[in-house]
Amino acid sequence: MPKITRITRLGRQTQMGLLLLLMGGAITLAQAYLPDFLHRLPSWSDLWAAGLDRFFSWVQNDLGLIYVTRAIAGWLGFLIDAAANILYGKSRWPRIDALPWSAVTALVALMGWYLGGWRLALLGGFSLFWTAMVGQWKWTMETMSVIVVAAPLGFLLGLGLGIASWKWARFEAALRPILAILQTLPFFSYLLPAVIFFKVGPTAASVATIIYAMPPMILMTALGLKQVPQEVVEAGKMSGCTRWQMLVRVYLPSARTELLVGLNQVIMLSLAMVVLTSFIGMPGLGAKLLVMMNSFKLGHSFEIGITIVLLAATLDRLSKAWVVKQPKHFAKGTPWWQRHQAWLICLGVFVFFMLMAQIFPFLNQISRGDSFSVGKELDVLIKAFLGLGFVQVITGSIRWFFNIWVLVPTEQGILYLPTFAVIFIVSGLSWLLGGWRSGVIGFVFFTGVAVLGWWDRAMLTLHATLTATLLAMLLGMPLAIWAARRKRRSEVMILICDIAQTFPSFIYLLPAIMLFGITPITVILAILIFTMVPIVRYTVEGLRGVSPEITEAADMSGATRRQKLWYTQLPLAMPTIAVGLNQALMFAFFMVIIAAFIGTRDLGQEMQRTLAGTHLGKNFTLGFSVVLIALTFDIAINAWAEKRRKILGL
Amino acid sequence: MPQTPIISCRNLWKLFGANPEAYLTKMPPGHSYEQILADKYIAGVKDVSLDVHKGEILVIMGLSGSGKSTLLRCMTRLHSITGGAILIEGQDITNLEERGLIELRRSKMGMVFQSFGLLPHRTVLQNVAFPLEMRGQSKHDCRARGLEMIKLVGLEGREDYFPRELSGGQQQRVGIARSLAIEPDIWFLDEPFSALDPLIRREMQDEFLRLQAMLHKTIIFVTHDFNEALRLADRIAIMKEGAIEQCDTPDQIVLKPATEYVSKFTEEVEKSRVIHAETLIDPKLKATRNPVAAHATIHAIAQRIVEDDTAAIAVAREGKIIGAMPRQAAFDILMGRGDAQNN
Repeated sequence: MPKITRITRLGRQTQMGLLLLLMGGAITLAQAYLPDFLHRLPSWSDLWAAGLDRFFSWVQNDLGLIYVTRAIAGWLGFLIDAAANILYGKSRWPRIDALPWSAVTALVALMGWYLGGWRLALLGGFSLFWTAMVGQWKWTMETMSVIVVAAPLGFLLGLGLGIASWKWARFEAALRPILAILQTLPFFSYLLPAVIFFKVGPTAASVATIIYAMPPMILMTALGLKQVPQEVVEAGKMSGCTRWQMLVRVYLPSARTELLVGLNQVIMLSLAMVVLTSFIGMPGLGAKLLVMMNSFKLGHSFEIGITIVLLAATLDRLSKAWVVKQPKHFAKGTPWWQRHQAWLICLGVFVFFMLMAQIFPFLNQISRGDSFSVGKELDVLIKAFLGLGFVQVITGSIRWFFNIWVLVPTEQGILYLPTFAVIFIVSGLSWLLGGWRSGVIGFVFFTGVAVLGWWDRAMLTLHATLTATLLAMLLGMPLAIWAARRKRRSEVMILICDIAQTFPSFIYLLPAIMLFGITPITVILAILIFTMVPIVRYTVEGLRGVSPEITEAADMSGATRRQKLWYTQLPLAMPTIAVGLNQALMFAFFMVIIAAFIGTRDLGQEMQRTLAGTHLGKNFTLGFSVVLIALTFDIAINAWAEKRRKILGL
Repeated sequence: MPQTPIISCRNLWKLFGANPEAYLTKMPPGHSYEQILADKYIAGVKDVSLDVHKGEILVIMGLSGSGKSTLLRCMTRLHSITGGAILIEGQDITNLEERGLIELRRSKMGMVFQSFGLLPHRTVLQNVAFPLEMRGQSKHDCRARGLEMIKLVGLEGREDYFPRELSGGQQQRVGIARSLAIEPDIWFLDEPFSALDPLIRREMQDEFLRLQAMLHKTIIFVTHDFNEALRLADRIAIMKEGAIEQCDTPDQIVLKPATEYVSKFTEEVEKSRVIHAETLIDPKLKATRNPVAAHATIHAIAQRIVEDDTAAIAVAREGKIIGAMPRQAAFDILMGRGDAQNN
């Protein structure tokens, strides 16, 4: 009985979705005979921008928010300056001056050894050793000085908000849409308010970083606290815990794993964001990379890219090792120096290198001139390689093919569609995927985009993301299916994706620029590489997650490999793959905005321009256009995955 | 009984659903479990009245979903109570507020959990001392008392281990030590041995009886294992769909199952190993010669029952004759024909 009702409802959903698609098609065909406003709404973008500007200036000046934020900026600035003094010797309190690179490197290597044995010691030690050797120590420490302030603050704020949202359902309900928006808000929209309220430079960078890095911490905290086993909670209550004791002694320690996973994410997002804050005058690795890429110095860009990647890998692996590290007991009667062995060794080695650095200046600082950087030589080498005849033929023909046969026609096509046709088509597709709610949301959100008045640019953004994501699927899914055939291969593939996912998004532009220079293809390629990661990862995971009993049943039914894949594995893996696809789309929206500095013509380009001034209103209308588009996909795909999961009983 | 019971449940109700209190007040009396379910409420505990006396082991027995753990959690107020009342040593705790509850648990209650409920980040010693720490006792006291409890459950030398470094049986010993750390009067055990494998379970039951022989706590013990219940209980309360089907001594339950549901459990039991000589005492009979011990099971005195030729066998407790039991009835029980004529 319930099965029958479900089928009829599905039928109605399909009908409605198709009807909307048909309407979209009809509007397109009949656009010559339709009134102008169905083709393009008149642009109210200036109106919105002016209104928002007035609102922001009221909040800022009349409401006095600026005084609050400037006070916060003072405190943050103080912390960052202190960190900057210790890490690279900025002349501020506490005036200890830069720690020798050798001492810091040794310390990080020892930390790696303590947390995860010699492999991590090697990774941590080598990363920092490399950094010092290629003469990027100071830039790296500039970047780190913001991270060491922003990550702990993001962790604590996320923890607090996470606890609040776990404790009060109403708070969680209010927070959830805000988090959804924050997670799809293009990063340029983090930057401008940060600049306006917190001045240019490290302070604004740290504010943008904290806000950007916090949401996963909130979610992980709430998740971890919800997952504390009921019996542990009851054991705490029966032990007579007060509420405070329950939280501090029972809940938080029991949620240790999730909290540390949250910390790992905060650290990684902080790194990704700090690198990007170079757009608002934050010095460090990001700023140097931006300069080098802009002036097409490929060798130096490459070196900085490697430093960033190594830094990311070190931070990620070390913090992940901390997640799995469990306390161990010592045998009875172990003397104190053995119990605290790790600390003592750290202290000893640190002091040793501090002293050595006084004797051998080489162990203290390595200036750019003394470094072993081969940036110039590399530059020559890379450019020579790209200049080779056959390489140019390959890159040239790829460029030609994609421009003429893929990018230009699809771009023309999407711009040819009348506004309302797109709205109907999007809401029809959402309806087909996620049901009536997604359909209505799609309609409302895309109408919102039209009303915000940046329609053509929004369509270009949409075009770039969709094209790149589709290409990534075409390349990534077969790769993932191939990898998922064997256990070992899948493990390697997941590991690669894991590592790739820790790289700051900025890095992905590098290979694209190296191959194709500053062209539209570069943008597509950067997005494509970036979005391949979640697509491959989730596809492999989805396929490997199909229970062996089912594939064995298919084998015993005499299915060929193709049949097994098509009829059992893919359908069961689809919900997981859809989650990956959704993440890929979100990544794509993120990347397409960053790529603005290569010279796109979409929303991102316009947003980047606002950074130069104080056009907060305009920045926000642009930002919200992206949010509305991204959320439409997010909601529809998630609704579909959720529904499939229920139907399949996963 | 003249003494006030340690725990007293009076017409206790626990309903799960949207608005249980309001539903219970307007629900017609005598509504069945299914009728309540039809109104989208689940009767976790359904009109239970029960007294537990000092030093007694009450075992609550039932299959999963019968409401046995819910009843236990009502007594500890881990669940709020929908209707009726619970008195602990005469004090009504039905609506006791948070402060009072914490005080009560810190001074009088200890609880053992099915999956142990140990805090993963604390060592054995820190887990055992946890309730003491919550009371704000000094570090030294916590340590001393913690070590004492660890010795009591036989885990000396493991004080600094973390729970995950211990076997299931050892983990539950930690759970037991923790629950006893504050010297509670009332000891709650929620299926404490169900997660352990059969051999360890047996060992832990012996351990439990050893501890109780030393400590004389008032005990509420929840289990789904009828044999475990028979082995440990002074009295057994058998639950079904939130209500108590029968509450009596193991001997009486085996001898006279009150409902068909109860007899489903007793059918499989070898009755001669459960029923004691004193249970069969018939005041109409008299005998003085060569008495058997009152606490001996019929199985233990099998030879005597088979070889004797008198109608009545004397029963004595601590050397003093307290009555006589009919030999034929004992013989029938021994032969597995026990139930028919006793009803």
